[in-house]
Amino acid sequence: MTLAQWSFDLLLAGGLLWLGWQALFEKRRFSAVVHFMAFNLLMALVWVRLSAPDIALAEAAIGAGVTGALLLTALGRLPSGTSSGAHPHRWHPHWRYLAVISACISTAWLIAVVPQLPSPGLAGEIEAVMPATGVDHAVTAVLLNIRALDTLLEVAVMLAAVVLVWSLGPTLRPLPPATILPGLPALSRLLHPLFLLVPTYLLWRGTHAPGGAFPAGAVLGAGGVLMLLADEVGWMQRQHWQRLLRLLLVSGLALFVLVGLGGLLMTGTFLSIPLGVARLLIMAVEIAMALSIALMLMALYLYGEPGQ
Amino acid sequence: MTTLYLVAAALLLVNASVGAWRIRQGPTSADRMLAAELISTSTIAVLLLLSALADNPALVDVALLFAMLAAIATANFVTRTWTLLRQDHHSREEAGHD
Amino acid sequence: MTETLLNAAGHGLVLVGLLFFLAGSLGLLRFPDIYARLHALTKAHNLGLGLLCSGLALQASALSEAAKMMLVWLLVLIASGIGATLVASTANTCGIVPRQVSRRIRHKRPREPKE
Repeated sequence: MTLAQWSFDLLLAGGLLWLGWQALFEKRRFSAVVHFMAFNLLMALVWVRLSAPDIALAEAAIGAGVTGALLLTALGRLPSGTSSGAHPHRWHPHWRYLAVISACISTAWLIAVVPQLPSPGLAGEIEAVMPATGVDHAVTAVLLNIRALDTLLEVAVMLAAVVLVWSLGPTLRPLPPATILPGLPALSRLLHPLFLLVPTYLLWRGTHAPGGAFPAGAVLGAGGVLMLLADEVGWMQRQHWQRLLRLLLVSGLALFVLVGLGGLLMTGTFLSIPLGVARLLIMAVEIAMALSIALMLMALYLYGEPGQ
Repeated sequence: MTTLYLVAAALLLVNASVGAWRIRQGPTSADRMLAAELISTSTIAVLLLLSALADNPALVDVALLFAMLAAIATANFVTRTWTLLRQDHHSREEAGHD
Repeated sequence: MTETLLNAAGHGLVLVGLLFFLAGSLGLLRFPDIYARLHALTKAHNLGLGLLCSGLALQASALSEAAKMMLVWLLVLIASGIGATLVASTANTCGIVPRQVSRRIRHKRPREPKE
């Protein structure tokens, strides 16, 4: 570690803490949201410094694209007079002292505990079982074969979030913009070839390098959000497409569960995939999951149940 | 080369802190959004520098994603947030004052 | 020989790009209104990142890497160019008056007679 490296890391950590603090304790909601978006940007850099490019990729795809869009649109929909939040500074002093003391204790505990962790983690064990997983990239192997149940449940949680948002009421109609913006359709027209190309590239790369279903789905979903913004996705609102839309939303989860049940029949363990078909099945599950993650993000962006 | 690029990356982070100051300061919400854009571009530049430093081509993909998605937040802000903030008389100062 | 030259050119381009970044953030720090700040920022986005990308692309190990870096620049160019017009035209509609123009108008306007 040279001086330049130290100063870079310290700047990064300090900036992250500052942006996180502002995002939590800023009174004006818009300012807090922008601080949070900048926090996501720096967080991706932190993951890169921790040599976790997979997480940096997912953070970039989800944090830069969809989270910002969702928060900004939700902010515009808040009823009048609520654009500044409550005063967190007006906490009772006892609570404040308690929070500061517990933060100090947990930081000290982390500093004491972290050096005692085994330093390469579980890399050795995963390296040993890699040939039995059917893919060449360790993170994909963990996500879709070794700990597939976690990924399955994550997709289920996302689906539950969509159900929750849709249960709030009918879709919010987009309001007309303040002025004619010819740049908006131009933007979506220029970017859309890439919004199809890049997720495909990420899916293909996922078998042997950082990539995979989550970043691919998030990028595809961000493209969908851009289309929704330019009001180009009429079919999601129409009545006779609703059945297909719901079917597509659950398709990733359904295929995943089917593969798991197939594994149960063939090997006796839920979600264990026989090596012969592992590569093919993992690719199929990844493609289906990327598509339904993209649709779920678009469905969240509707802020209500379409077709009502 | 390594030191030069590391110093450049650190300088870009200092640059981004100017953006953080502007996000806090305002005065209009568009200023905050522009500052976030500056931080996003600085992040892209730092990612490219780090990828050259560590010889890790995966980081260029991360930068590519940031570059692709940079426009989404601006487009959302312009069409879905700003005009509505202005109608809200409690935040009119923030949205329109300059 | 070629490699040394390419490296030197790459370093030079990265440094010049950095200068544009610094100029952009100086503008963000000091310029008086949103339109002027927009102007300063697009310099950092277009020229700063463009020079930095071309400098790094000169030293890239493979042609595909260099092409990807130039694609990053192209994307930022699209995003910042179109984003700037979106922000500026919405600011104009929302009634944020550019600073200099308003001052000149006030200057030219005949003084109202005092009551």
